[in-house]
Amino acid sequence: MAVREPDQQIKESPGSVVSAQDTQMDITLDQLRQLVSPRALSGETMLMNMGPQHPSTHGVLRLLLELDGETVVSCVPDIGFLHTGIEKTAEIKTYTQGIVLTDRIDYLAPLICNLAYVGAVEKLADVDVPLRAQYIRVILAELTRMSSHLVWLGTHALDIGAMSMFLYSFREREMLLDIFEMVSGARMMTSYFRVGGLWRDIPDQFADAVRQVLKLLPQRLLEYEKILKENPIWRERTVGVGVISQADAIAWGMSGPSLRGSGVNYDVRKAMPYSSYDHFDFSVPLGTHGDVYDRYRCRMEEMTQSLKIIEQALNKLPDGPVITDNRKIAPPPKHEIAYSMESLIHHFKLWTEGFRVPVGEVYHAVESGKGEFGVFISSDGSPKPRRIHFRAPSFYNLQALPQMSKGALIADIVGIVGSIDIVLGEVDR
Amino acid sequence: MESQKKFAMSPSILAELGDAVSETQIFRDEVTLLCPKHRLLEVLQALRDTQQFDMFTFATCVDYYPGEPRFGILYQLYSTTRNIRVRVKVMLSGNDRSVPSACSVYHAANWPEREMYDLFGIHFEGHPDLRRIMMPPGYEGHPLLKENPAKVEEVAFSFNRARAWEDKPHPQE
Amino acid sequence: MGLEQKLGNMGIVTMSAEKAINWARSNAIWPMLFGLACCAIEMMSTQASHYDMSRFGMELMRASPRQSDLMIVAGRVSRKMAPTLRHLYDQMPDPKWVIAMGDCASCGGVFNNYAVVQGVDEIVPVDVYVAGCPPRPEALIDGILKLQDRIKKEPLTKWN
Repeated sequence: MAVREPDQQIKESPGSVVSAQDTQMDITLDQLRQLVSPRALSGETMLMNMGPQHPSTHGVLRLLLELDGETVVSCVPDIGFLHTGIEKTAEIKTYTQGIVLTDRIDYLAPLICNLAYVGAVEKLADVDVPLRAQYIRVILAELTRMSSHLVWLGTHALDIGAMSMFLYSFREREMLLDIFEMVSGARMMTSYFRVGGLWRDIPDQFADAVRQVLKLLPQRLLEYEKILKENPIWRERTVGVGVISQADAIAWGMSGPSLRGSGVNYDVRKAMPYSSYDHFDFSVPLGTHGDVYDRYRCRMEEMTQSLKIIEQALNKLPDGPVITDNRKIAPPPKHEIAYSMESLIHHFKLWTEGFRVPVGEVYHAVESGKGEFGVFISSDGSPKPRRIHFRAPSFYNLQALPQMSKGALIADIVGIVGSIDIVLGEVDR
Repeated sequence: MESQKKFAMSPSILAELGDAVSETQIFRDEVTLLCPKHRLLEVLQALRDTQQFDMFTFATCVDYYPGEPRFGILYQLYSTTRNIRVRVKVMLSGNDRSVPSACSVYHAANWPEREMYDLFGIHFEGHPDLRRIMMPPGYEGHPLLKENPAKVEEVAFSFNRARAWEDKPHPQE
Repeated sequence: MGLEQKLGNMGIVTMSAEKAINWARSNAIWPMLFGLACCAIEMMSTQASHYDMSRFGMELMRASPRQSDLMIVAGRVSRKMAPTLRHLYDQMPDPKWVIAMGDCASCGGVFNNYAVVQGVDEIVPVDVYVAGCPPRPEALIDGILKLQDRIKKEPLTKWN
């Protein structure tokens, strides 16, 4: 945690080839005049810089904290340290190639990002997805949600001081990553979903591996609860900290467990079901106080509900194709190319040019581990989108951080940042 | 996908908004209300107060270059009580890149508008804190405009490897 | 076993200073706790229970650049982050090493655009590049072992 006056510029390092344009990164106090209290200008309160290299900011978040003793008077987040230009790069990729970029937005829940993206393109192109593919998507999306929540649990607990949680939750996460690797060949950057269905069918051992998870995780979750739920230190650090009211949470556009911790019943899976979520029976856990503890409870309950959904989907998993038979969108199977001229042409068109979609603008949202993850596509009728915008839940959740941290202690900032479960890849895109 | 259709907003509700909405577009059962830029705040205020669109979902900008009007500013709203979505859109000419800020109606519009200012150079009148958000403060230009190239570096193949290597900056110890 | 058999009666072992110091350096590299993007999650997995990087004398991640020897650049480096990254590198005490973990840190990866530095070697000198998007934990461990080999062969005259 480096203490530095904000109006003091970072000197350009000798030998650095970063151009002068890039080094003008520091905000001057003059620009922040309206964001901090007048007491900061007279030097009565202290301004402190936290990040972008800080172990507890979950990436490269920078916070400018105005402190009166140990109390936070105001908090000014500075983001963009991981701005990747994904939206610009997506404009020169075809709709199929774009799937690869979506993994890297929310890298803790890549399959859910895939799901949002292919959902938006399917809506734009008006394609129907086979039921089997929809169910497999649900299973994988819920497994992804759990792996995302496990990373959150480990790092959040680590920030507050429960080191062992990190080791436990990463142990379980490996189990889930093995399943992703089994279906897609990659641990994290899966890119498994395709427009109109899936890349290929699941392997035979998939069901057994998922059942293993279903068998093991409930007891493991109980172990976590034993460590944290009634732990006096944990409760001391979380109960009543970082409170945000229902009205404020809605006004700041929060979503996901961070919103539901305040008691707002909004879950995209229930409100606007996609990918057959309405076929499954599950409940949406709600908090009451909107503090760090309630957000933690919501996520823990959500993992239990995810297990419930996976079990139902696995039991009801229908047979059939896993990708649409619309040859304008989905590539023909390999064996057809050998004897069918049309298939060969379709194959050639799809891999050289991509498919064309109607002119229009669509928005499709899914419930990711962090909240409502949406994809907005503006199409000009060509195989490449005119503009893609990703509605990142963390971006809006983080925006409410100044509201939540007002009057908190400096030590609690870490807990509050952890409790809204931001992932900077998604905030900055 | 199919099931999301039935939650779309029915056009009849729009009659209440009167002539502030110049055009209503419906595509894939998503409602987009076009309004002139001087009546944007009025429409947003009415949607929030009388139509219960309490949640601000996102705002973004689309560059329709070379079309004219060139920019489309979109505000997507959601009603937690009625469970419907609506999108408000303002078209801007390429010569006049300013629009009233929606921050006074929706707090959550703050960062998305800063993002649009940063990436597209749209000026939001009355925004409380209009600074760059994604790019460094000293950056010049607005990268997501269509006139800016998407690729910045020549990809090195065997025929141009030497040149690409020379162009690349190298650090010193 | 090993060393004590060579001690003899006097309890003294003779070896070159170069070898002794390089051995010590290579087996107690303290990496900086510094994650950027997706690769940082794999870096965390590498330290966590399943892969356990501490088997190679690397468990001690330091959050401060002044206490660390190795910077693992895990993820894409944006233009906004680049000056900070160089600043952190300059703060690290000599001798110091850099691993570019993943495609984005090595060459910009899929993001050939305005926002991402096309390879962190534009900003800091890189010793080992680890390919993959993101690299598996085994790949990162392999990269670290390669770096250890390299440190062990470093000649005395190169020290500064």
